Amino acid sequence: MAFEIPKQIYSGAIKPVTIGKGAKAITLGGETSYPFYVFEGAMPNKPRVAMEVWDKNPGEDWAAPALEPFKDVAGDPVAWAQKCIKDYGAEAIALILVSTDPNGDNASPESAAATAKKVAEAIDVPLIVYGTSNVEKDAEVLKAVAEACDGFQLTIGPVQDKNYKQIGAAALGYNHTLIANSPIDVNLAKQLNILLGQLGVKDSHILVDPTTGGLGYGLEYSYSVMERDRMAALTQEDEKLQLPIINYLGQEVWKVKECKQTNEEAPQLGDQTKRGILMEAITAVDLLLAGGDLLIMRHPEAVKLTKSLIQELAG
Amino acid sequence: MALTGIEIFKLLPKTNCKECGFPTCLAFAMALASGKAELDKCPYVSDEVREKLAEASAPPIRPVKIGMKEGAKTIGGETVMFRHEKTFFNPTLIAGLVTTAEADGSVDKKLDTFMKLQYDRVGLLLRPELIAVQDADGDAGKFAALVKKVIDKTDAGLILCSDKADVVKAGAEAAAERKPLIGVATPDNADAFGALAKEMGLPLIAKAEGYEALADLATKLTGMGLKDLVLDSGSRSLKQALQDQVVIRRAALGPKFRPFGFPTITCPCQMTDDPMMEALYASVFIAKYGGIVVLSDLDAAVVFPLLLERLNIFTDPQKPMIMSQGIYEINNPGPDSPVAVTTNFALTYFIVSGEIEGSKVPCWLLIQDTEGLSVMTAWAAGKFSGDTVAMFVKKSGIMDKTKTRTIIIPGYAAGISGDLEEELPDWKVLIGPREASHIPAFLKNL
Repeated sequence: MAFEIPKQIYSGAIKPVTIGKGAKAITLGGETSYPFYVFEGAMPNKPRVAMEVWDKNPGEDWAAPALEPFKDVAGDPVAWAQKCIKDYGAEAIALILVSTDPNGDNASPESAAATAKKVAEAIDVPLIVYGTSNVEKDAEVLKAVAEACDGFQLTIGPVQDKNYKQIGAAALGYNHTLIANSPIDVNLAKQLNILLGQLGVKDSHILVDPTTGGLGYGLEYSYSVMERDRMAALTQEDEKLQLPIINYLGQEVWKVKECKQTNEEAPQLGDQTKRGILMEAITAVDLLLAGGDLLIMRHPEAVKLTKSLIQELAG
Repeated sequence: MALTGIEIFKLLPKTNCKECGFPTCLAFAMALASGKAELDKCPYVSDEVREKLAEASAPPIRPVKIGMKEGAKTIGGETVMFRHEKTFFNPTLIAGLVTTAEADGSVDKKLDTFMKLQYDRVGLLLRPELIAVQDADGDAGKFAALVKKVIDKTDAGLILCSDKADVVKAGAEAAAERKPLIGVATPDNADAFGALAKEMGLPLIAKAEGYEALADLATKLTGMGLKDLVLDSGSRSLKQALQDQVVIRRAALGPKFRPFGFPTITCPCQMTDDPMMEALYASVFIAKYGGIVVLSDLDAAVVFPLLLERLNIFTDPQKPMIMSQGIYEINNPGPDSPVAVTTNFALTYFIVSGEIEGSKVPCWLLIQDTEGLSVMTAWAAGKFSGDTVAMFVKKSGIMDKTKTRTIIIPGYAAGISGDLEEELPDWKVLIGPREASHIPAFLKNL
């Protein structure tokens, strides 16, 4: 029986965005079909995985299996980043400035900027720098980071509709890429991209962070918003959504109860390490299938599994 | 082309006899149009009309039932490619594999584990549903004995697999009352398997590599009078298998290509020897259109994350997941433990209860019915106000359980604290953090 594959017609493409500089710079985006539908479109730049590094020792904030691989470097972000690259082949590093949280250590923008600069100087892969999603503090911190790291072509965020002007201006001034973060809503994502455009930020310098939910804790919202985003970008020529997507999932996955419960506390959930790794890797799979281009992940084993999967699907 | 409800209604008897289970012929017609009812339910429709409607009213992807000890599970019946376009209706069923080549001890352990993998979440039971029994050497007696064992030890629905119809027949007879899914029909053995499935009235797996061969096989089997097929595209590489899942669903929904109007079965168990990669393959098929995923083993650390994923993907995006209103005890609270209140949006509950649990501070958590709205939305809609919270606190029964008269409200609902203090004069109202992640620090400093 004759059968012809019913094709989806795509009228748009995701714009390429290059992060970092030099030989290890990474280009994201460029897709001309739904994620991994390579039978009817191209995925010239495979999705990538960045590894998460905290600027302070996470200690008990992290489930034991997630901290275990980094026990010897936790508290030293430079050593930690280097370990990710050397031992685990990290293609990019995401430095999370947890210490600046005003509800926590409330470290100063200057100290955060100094840390970011030290890490940037010590590595040759692209550096992503994340604040704490506190609108006022991030504006100060990321501005200081942008300035201190002039020339490193960082990727900084999250930039929200309430602080995009301050952070956007700093990024423009020092040539960094921005992570535009909106709360799980296609229209708000689009709106923020438009605002950044009006400020003078080029599309080639924006990644979209749609806000990421972890497995069992709101993943479905991120999943559907990303699918809608991709649908609008690829089939409805919604130009302001044709940008690569970044998801910070490490923290969202590992902070939940089911990742923190030990084998003694939850024997019915199976081995804690394996469970946590799979919760992270499966969250990654869903985000990739929904349109994620760059994932920030925590556990080296989950990173490895995710990279294998990307290779099999897009390779 | 599909008919509208009104077009279908015109062809029905219009007697409103209710024998179809719907109150009126119009309601039945609407259900037919949206693929939620079958024409066979109407005893009075003429053969002529039946033929006319059959094509138009059949759902684009046939819902196929597989029996469990209690009730049956349905796969297929989907109507969209993306969950946000409506919803996905029938969650991918998760199966564990046992074979006749496997040692007794290994089989027993799997069956034992199968019954233990049951988790309660938002009042839903999350669990794997199926055991796939694979014939390894063509021994019908051994196969039937293994099927019998699965039936005795579990309440699972069954998938019976062999390339020999007589082996499957022995198993199907042993499992007759569970209404198993049988297979595997291929272009080579389609006559024998088709006849068996017809004779026993069972759903059948149709497997062929390549779209044209699979379409031919499905057409042949439906031509034999079979209605309930489950398609296996034969691909065991991830890339091709994903493409097949997309193509099969798209062909069924878009051009209404009938040979592909059936649910699918996917086999991560045959795609890799690495249990971690197998889990990831399974997760791809849960998101992308697998009706069934068959796993080589049943390990809680693998199955639990997949069950969570399935819950997420198949949750109806049109309805918020809600918790029932009431008092939730966290970390064994006593009469002096603090009382906190929040809304019944399931995600709010999960995150707040998870943080309280993580803090190890014993606490009474009051979950108020806000029709599934989150704190800020419920507050903005007036469903989480001084009045409503006070009324709920009074009737919740918390005053009998605790001597504490301190209540913590969400930071985003700080605005209600004045009204609440007025309504609950014996209580001290504390404003909690805005973000759940700050709850542990807050509780520890009380």
